[in-house]
Amino acid sequence: MLEVSNIKKTFNAGTINEKRALNGVDLKLEDGEFVTVIGGNGAGKSTFLNAMAGVWPVDEGRIVIDGIDVTGLSEYKRAKYLGRVFQDPMTGTAADMEIIENLALADRRGKKRGLGWGVTASEKDRYYELLKELDLGLEDRMTAKVGLLSGGQRQALTLLMATLQKPNVLLLDEHTAALDPKTAAKVLETTDRIIEENHLTTLMVTHNMRDAILHGNRLIMMSEGRIILNIAGEEKKNLTVEDLLHKFEEVSGEEFTNDKAILS
Amino acid sequence: MELATLFNAMPGNIAQGLLWGIMALGVYLTFKVLNFADLTVDGSFATGGAVAVVLITGGVPAPIALMIAFFAGVVAGFATGILHTVFGIPDILAGILTQIALYSINLNIMSGSANMAVNVLKYNLVVTLREIPHTIIISLISVAVIIGLMYWYLGTAQGSALRATGNNPAMSRAQGININLMKVIALALSNGLVALAGGMVAQYQGFSDINMGRGAIVIGLAAVIIGEVIGNAIFGKKMNFVLRLSFVVVGAVIYYIVIGVVLWLNMPTNDLKLFTAIIVAIFLAIPYLKGQARSSFRKAGKGAR
Repeated sequence: MLEVSNIKKTFNAGTINEKRALNGVDLKLEDGEFVTVIGGNGAGKSTFLNAMAGVWPVDEGRIVIDGIDVTGLSEYKRAKYLGRVFQDPMTGTAADMEIIENLALADRRGKKRGLGWGVTASEKDRYYELLKELDLGLEDRMTAKVGLLSGGQRQALTLLMATLQKPNVLLLDEHTAALDPKTAAKVLETTDRIIEENHLTTLMVTHNMRDAILHGNRLIMMSEGRIILNIAGEEKKNLTVEDLLHKFEEVSGEEFTNDKAILS
Repeated sequence: MELATLFNAMPGNIAQGLLWGIMALGVYLTFKVLNFADLTVDGSFATGGAVAVVLITGGVPAPIALMIAFFAGVVAGFATGILHTVFGIPDILAGILTQIALYSINLNIMSGSANMAVNVLKYNLVVTLREIPHTIIISLISVAVIIGLMYWYLGTAQGSALRATGNNPAMSRAQGININLMKVIALALSNGLVALAGGMVAQYQGFSDINMGRGAIVIGLAAVIIGEVIGNAIFGKKMNFVLRLSFVVVGAVIYYIVIGVVLWLNMPTNDLKLFTAIIVAIFLAIPYLKGQARSSFRKAGKGAR
């Protein structure tokens, strides 16, 4: 379970570049809830995810994961509870290391990294099976450097890495935005499967309204550093893009001007 | 300029190359694995020499003196690591600060004198230029053991985390790796190796000198880069990690053979550092220029009207 209460974050406070990025965000996720997050540019979606991940400390508010208050934990300590996939396929993997080494690194998230072997024989077998499930042929290239993979393959691998040690919360930050539509659809399909199989509590930021409606069992919309819409259950199942645009205008009193979100 | 003189000098150059190869392995750890240009080494190399000579002349057996020299280097690397990670000083500057501080510390270790002799006739040394075949054997064994240890360590879970830190810090943090700790560990181990090499070189030449580490980083980089270029030319894609480390040492040996040839050609010793800098600049430039040649604006603009 994830409980976020009243998080605030202002960048460059006290200067002319002051930006109130998060303006008191409250959110509660039950175990296994899969929430999609949408909003225009600068609405605070990615900032919200970065706040959870501990990229920087928040100014105010609390973040509690499964009863553990992680607000004061630095990024690497908090990583124990979180699985993350980034927008840029280059960010989530170590390009000069082998596929299998990347998986082994992720498998030790939140554990002590001692002087035992970096990859053990039994782990190799397990990774082979898991890579096979991705259906990208990566199981036959386990010792290839990750830098040789395509963006889509890297995102699928990062997804697998993020969930190798079951995370308390999975954070997906527009993880298909840098991919072509066909690859994006495939990665999303894999995302759905992995979340379903592992019953993962998930936050997925997306620019794409249709994806936000199609995936997950709850949808939130952000604007100006706040959550302005929260749609779940039957209402979400019957939602259309038009409904969503209409609701946005209703709540915020302005038109949804992000062309990219409408068109994609 | 007789050829015989050159050949007579060769074993000595090879021995020196092997000893400096140990220092180059330390540089490899920071420069290649951690992606950190560490200038501490110019100071920690001399620290290793000073500590070893002071201890040996004080009656400590040479192998134990070398172990203590190693730990002196570890402390130096630790200092740079703390300056960088705790106090946020950029990598090159952190290294320079430790290096300059070590100048004073090294002088103090040698009780204020700029150099200190250790006579092989009076003390039992590990290596010496008076017995070059013996030196070559000892340094080959040392190099093999160090490469073995580095191969093992970088293959462990902790070593993998270290490699990931150098390769992608953002990913490493997301995987729960304490990248600051990893940087400090790598800097400490690297400078430990550098100081160990300093202690061996001091014994080889029969004295330690406050300036013996000057330009060490450049020689280390020369070895790493020359080894890489030659290794890739011979083995191409078959280069594995052990070969990669071995070629760092090969690079150091080649460097000293080239220096031997240059001296044989009667180049003034004063110009050696200039020569070294030019060699390193050329080897650093080759991969870049090759890439440029493959895709350059000049090529793209060919046939423009």
